[in-house]
Amino acid sequence: MVKPDPTSTPKPRFTLPRRSVTSALLGTTAFWLTQPSTSVSRALAHEAAEAPYKPEFFTAEEYSFLTAATERLFPKDHNGPGATELGVPEFIDRQMQTPYGVGDNWYMSAPFQEGPANLGYQLPLVPRALYRRGIAALEQYVLQHYGKNFAALSAQTQDTILTALEGGSIQLHDIPGRTFFEQLRTNTLEGAFSDPLYGGNHNLGGWLMLGFPGARADFMDWVNQEGAAYPLPPVSISGQTA
Amino acid sequence: MNTKNADAIIVGAGWAGTIMAKELTEAGLSVILLERGKEHTTAVEGAYPDSIDELRGAVRKRLFQNLAKTTVTIRNTIDQTALPYRQLAAFLPGEGVGGAGLHWSGVHFRADPNDLRLRSAMEERYGKKFIPKDMNLQDYGVTYEELEPFFDKAEKVFGTSGTAYTVKGKVMGDGNVFAPDRSSDFPLPAMKDTFSASTFRKAAKDAGYHPYSLPAANASQPYTNPYGCQMGPCNFCGYCSGYDCYLYSKASPNVNILPALRQDKRFKIIANAHVLRVDLDGSKTKATGVTYLDTTTQKETSLKADLVILSAFQFHNVHLMLLSGIGKPYDPVKNTGTIGRNFVYQTITTSRVWLPENSYTNQFVGAGGVGVAIDDFNSMNFDHGPLGFVGGSPVWVNQAGMKPIAAALGTGGHGTPRWGAGYKDALVDTYKHSLAIDAHGSNMAYRDVYLDLDPTWKDAYGLPLLRMTFTWKDNDIRMNQYVVNKIAPIARAMGATKVSLNHLEFGQPFDTRHYQTTHLGGGAIMGDNPQTSALNRYLQSWDVSNVFVIGSNAFPQGMGYNPTGTVAALAYWSAHHIRTIYLKSPGPMVQA
Repeated sequence: MVKPDPTSTPKPRFTLPRRSVTSALLGTTAFWLTQPSTSVSRALAHEAAEAPYKPEFFTAEEYSFLTAATERLFPKDHNGPGATELGVPEFIDRQMQTPYGVGDNWYMSAPFQEGPANLGYQLPLVPRALYRRGIAALEQYVLQHYGKNFAALSAQTQDTILTALEGGSIQLHDIPGRTFFEQLRTNTLEGAFSDPLYGGNHNLGGWLMLGFPGARADFMDWVNQEGAAYPLPPVSISGQTA
Repeated sequence: MNTKNADAIIVGAGWAGTIMAKELTEAGLSVILLERGKEHTTAVEGAYPDSIDELRGAVRKRLFQNLAKTTVTIRNTIDQTALPYRQLAAFLPGEGVGGAGLHWSGVHFRADPNDLRLRSAMEERYGKKFIPKDMNLQDYGVTYEELEPFFDKAEKVFGTSGTAYTVKGKVMGDGNVFAPDRSSDFPLPAMKDTFSASTFRKAAKDAGYHPYSLPAANASQPYTNPYGCQMGPCNFCGYCSGYDCYLYSKASPNVNILPALRQDKRFKIIANAHVLRVDLDGSKTKATGVTYLDTTTQKETSLKADLVILSAFQFHNVHLMLLSGIGKPYDPVKNTGTIGRNFVYQTITTSRVWLPENSYTNQFVGAGGVGVAIDDFNSMNFDHGPLGFVGGSPVWVNQAGMKPIAAALGTGGHGTPRWGAGYKDALVDTYKHSLAIDAHGSNMAYRDVYLDLDPTWKDAYGLPLLRMTFTWKDNDIRMNQYVVNKIAPIARAMGATKVSLNHLEFGQPFDTRHYQTTHLGGGAIMGDNPQTSALNRYLQSWDVSNVFVIGSNAFPQGMGYNPTGTVAALAYWSAHHIRTIYLKSPGPMVQA
């Protein structure tokens, strides 16, 4: 007798981000417009730049935490744009609406039992639940200790709190601060450096910083150029270039 | 038996399973190949540009095992409670047609002759007392000379690129001076060196070592293999490890075997078929077939066959043997039984070297199997006498194509910032100007390191999970530290501005949270003694003679080299003896 799969959960609908559709159109403008029109291109670019992203999973309060915290983790500096400019909060919100958001390839069968850290993640929480409960508990902690929400604090205080989370000295109810921090750091860096298709890495800013050429994927003549820098800027899957 | 569904049933459509299916259909047998994952088609999901997507690929783990269905539990020591491996990290088994052979890198070695008879070779050179008492060091029961034709055959099927040292005793070129003699050259010339690899080659040579090009199942030129399957030349796009090659340049069961196999009317492949157990007759010495669950319909089906081949991933083979009651489970306290015994891993650490700011390492350029290695500290190529450990590591630059998310997640730590402004400076510098050097080492087998069934956690089908008991032992930590210390002078000679040497520390437990390697081994090992091995030298179960178990589960200890080349050779070796001996007279091929 086969038992039903205890881990199955309704899968959220995967929707292609609207912005990525716009980017895709931009990237392939030269191919799909019979008569390339700069005004059409400009209008699309304008729409892409101006339309503010409305989070679907996160509440406005949660999203303002996410925006502030990811910018501290990956700040704008002389190397290039930070998390906000790259669209990292948008990326994370979109990821929560994919199978990843419900931990579709995590083993989530009970019993759940804590153990040594080196034996890995043992919480009964998928990414959506980690964020929902983690942000609520952290904002409660911040309000108690500082009398404001996280986003209203100075950058220096925000860094102090993030450092404490990373070091494990803040417990977010049933979530160790370190676990929450690692989830946030991982998703932040994914958003900075994944293909713009997923809503982050706006204008390929993450890849430009690193000199990563994106989907070029053909380096036959660049196997060994004795240490010269690769000359071409990145291109995305949809054909967007920087 | 006129009610059987096929002459042979094969479990698992990776390298081992497809090789066995090809060999057995060639011998005239009807074969059903069961794969619990789905079909994977390069032309659809592996095609450019969608395949060139780090988030969808290596990060969200498109080609890897779905742990939600089944996983393992892990503990470090026998007195701990093992906990489930809930998120993929330390190792990444494959799922679906092609198995791990679809997302592998492509480093394609022949085993070192001494590694195949390591107990005998070590005792001959250093005496019996050199081997620690709790170390289950064993011979494979098959020699390099016996396996050579099958290593050769596998290279021709895989389209392997490399430089031979000797062919039939004659020095051919600038190959690995420690490599054993070959009956023929590599089918394709070696891949080009990346800048990082050529820098390592020069520095290692100047230091008196013996650098060579890694043998790579990435095609350096167009190639058609003996099955008529075609490969295109690799363009160093960097999407081998964790991906299906959009150029058909990396060898995989999907590219190199299945196109020919699918033409054969005697062959049938069933995907989404999760095998629950091998069915045995009342005597428990004969398999009657297997029972599988169709994971799309939830329907259970039993198939009957004369011959059952287990060729799933290493630990899934062991799991199926334990679930089916094939052989006697290993008991580390009583030191009895063989199923689960000699579970091994590899001891791998990656060090990092930064070159001056005018040197760009372009780490995104690469191929999974490409690189330059030295074997001066591998296997028995150096004097272990004064060192007091067994084993060794090749050392190499294997620039497989570093993608930005992986680079970003890996930057920081060891006292340097993992986020914030300082982190970004380090990330940009590390990505543009650094390279990695691996010590890709062996891992020995120990009495209290093993596999068995977990008493608590179950898979999605209600069956007990497999439990791993594993941690690092002093022998392997000493080996790792010794070899890693050899990297520093080479790095300095490469012109390093900074070096970060990474080695294991004494007392450091195995950490499941960070990727180390998918090269797991043992648990159902081959050998010449049924008291200490699950399989005989032909990979035939000592206990159920119509069951053969093919994979790195057969390795008595973890070798420094990547396992796939040896797995493929063992598959061809086993198949050859099934065809020439077993089928004529089914039964045990070695008397216990």
